[in-house]
Amino acid sequence: MTDIVASTPPAQDRAARRMRRPRWMGHAGLIIGLAILLTCLLMALFAPLVAPHDPYAQDLLSRFAPPVWHEGGSWNHVLGADHLGRDYLSRLLYGAQISLIIGIGTAIVSGIIGTTIGIAAGYFGGKVDSIAMFFITARLAMPVILIALAVVALFGSSLTVVMLTLGLLLWDRFALVTRASTIQLRSQEFVTAAQIQGASTLQIVRHEILPNLLNNLLIVATLEMAQAIVLEAALSFLGLGVPAPLPSWGLMISEGKASILFEPWLITIPGIALFLLVLGTNLLGDGLRDITTPQGRN
Amino acid sequence: MLLNVQNLNVMIPTQGGPLHAVQDVSFSVSKGETLCIVGESGCGKSVTALSLLGLLPKSAKRSASRMTFDGQDMITMSDKQIRALRGNRLSMIFQEPMTALNPLHTLGRQLTDVYMAHRRGNREAARQRAVYLLERVGIAKAAERLGQYPHELSGGLRQRVVIAMALMCEPELIVADEPTTALDVTIQAELLRLLAELQKSMGLGMIMITHDLGLVSRIADRVVVMYAGQVIENALAKELFENPKHPYTRALLGSVPDPSHPRMQPLPSIPGTVPSLVQKMEGCHFRDRCAFASEECRVPIPLVGVGAEHVARCIKTGAQAPNARSTAP
Repeated sequence: MTDIVASTPPAQDRAARRMRRPRWMGHAGLIIGLAILLTCLLMALFAPLVAPHDPYAQDLLSRFAPPVWHEGGSWNHVLGADHLGRDYLSRLLYGAQISLIIGIGTAIVSGIIGTTIGIAAGYFGGKVDSIAMFFITARLAMPVILIALAVVALFGSSLTVVMLTLGLLLWDRFALVTRASTIQLRSQEFVTAAQIQGASTLQIVRHEILPNLLNNLLIVATLEMAQAIVLEAALSFLGLGVPAPLPSWGLMISEGKASILFEPWLITIPGIALFLLVLGTNLLGDGLRDITTPQGRN
Repeated sequence: MLLNVQNLNVMIPTQGGPLHAVQDVSFSVSKGETLCIVGESGCGKSVTALSLLGLLPKSAKRSASRMTFDGQDMITMSDKQIRALRGNRLSMIFQEPMTALNPLHTLGRQLTDVYMAHRRGNREAARQRAVYLLERVGIAKAAERLGQYPHELSGGLRQRVVIAMALMCEPELIVADEPTTALDVTIQAELLRLLAELQKSMGLGMIMITHDLGLVSRIADRVVVMYAGQVIENALAKELFENPKHPYTRALLGSVPDPSHPRMQPLPSIPGTVPSLVQKMEGCHFRDRCAFASEECRVPIPLVGVGAEHVARCIKTGAQAPNARSTAP
């Protein structure tokens, strides 16, 4: 009897691990999304080491140099060069930094704002909830692009301004999701139990509510990240995103649009990069949702 | 006297008007005593318990002429003072062990957190206390269990953990809100025995809220019977079971299923349903369902002494059961 009991835990553990592994390893979307995002992350982190050229160095002799697979392309400029002769591959690598900083920064800023509002609304209910819902509705009524354009026009464009503006505009989904889940968690007995054990509101939020919200928050964060990346590109394209010499992907598209007929790769290359990054982020979010819901996918 | 509650009232505003969930409830518990609050669903027994711990919904209004815990006035206590009391000297065991534990923390973390919050002790002392208590509530390999998550335990084990959690800081009073309802019968009996044993050996005061009269007869020292927000009878357990005075108490005892009951015959039950508490009722709350009800029952009825430490809220405590109720014990 004791032998059996003693030998079960490792066996159970192994079985549990075997059960858990296919759950996320077997999710194609999650793996693809994770791979794309990791690639972008590595590109951004190691850009200074990997980039063949200085992304700001102009070389008028190689203006509009075509990428290597085009006629006249060379391995010196693998992805060609733009209208100022700056190496496109280097700019693309450094551009990943900007996209990711904007994406992650915005997700963090909006996550903090949204989660605070959402938890307060869900936990306290009543008047606090009404006020929070008013702010959420007011926020939903604002056109994001227009407000962002106005703010950037007022305060001037820089990476920080764009990030904070988007962060202040994209917290609504965080707030709604955390509010709904908090209302649900609030009525769980373990929250009352914590209260009965003398826990303060802050302790309850930190130990009981937040850990239970974490997977929802992660999923929303990936969605907001993707949205922030696209919005930054849109703002940069409109000329009100990050300022000019920085190699933002949106800015690269904007600068390339003049030569769309003769050097189309100037637009398609950053376009594809942007598309892949957003796709990867969304796939990751979708995958996370699928593997963390108890019902599983399909 | 550990806990003394006099004239506790709880009013909950609803769309239909104020709901008087608890009306003029008085009782007291001493150290080492088990008080059972009995009544059917919706009679206000859980609300009474929650109001003791200050955990009513925010909209609910609580008032009492007297409410003391170990001599301290609980009515005027600040939130902070109540918090220092909860979990430390005053503890609660829940009905549903499945949801009373946070699914994301290990048992060890949940047990030690309470202790550390109140005792400011180190984690090692808290761990030792947790292991000791888990063994005390009959969990083998307690030290290993500390690393487990609630989903790895069965319902009975979880309820034992919940009990251990309630005992972490050596409370003086435990409120148990139907602690065995969610468990199957054999585990129920085991846990009751455990609770009774812990209570006696630690000298705890215990308030047990239940609708299970069999359970009451086994562990109660004193019984409060509630009906529609009011205390209708309050007596020592032995006295109540031998000599129930209120017609409702008698009917309740009469509706305990009896194995010798003839087959295919309907089980005895009390006709009618509990009245709504939204409108304040004048007179006896039980009169619509009472076999002895008369015009005199339409005036407010006070609790009157009907024996040594035995009070009942009825003017006809002497009346004999009519024929229909002759099966009552």
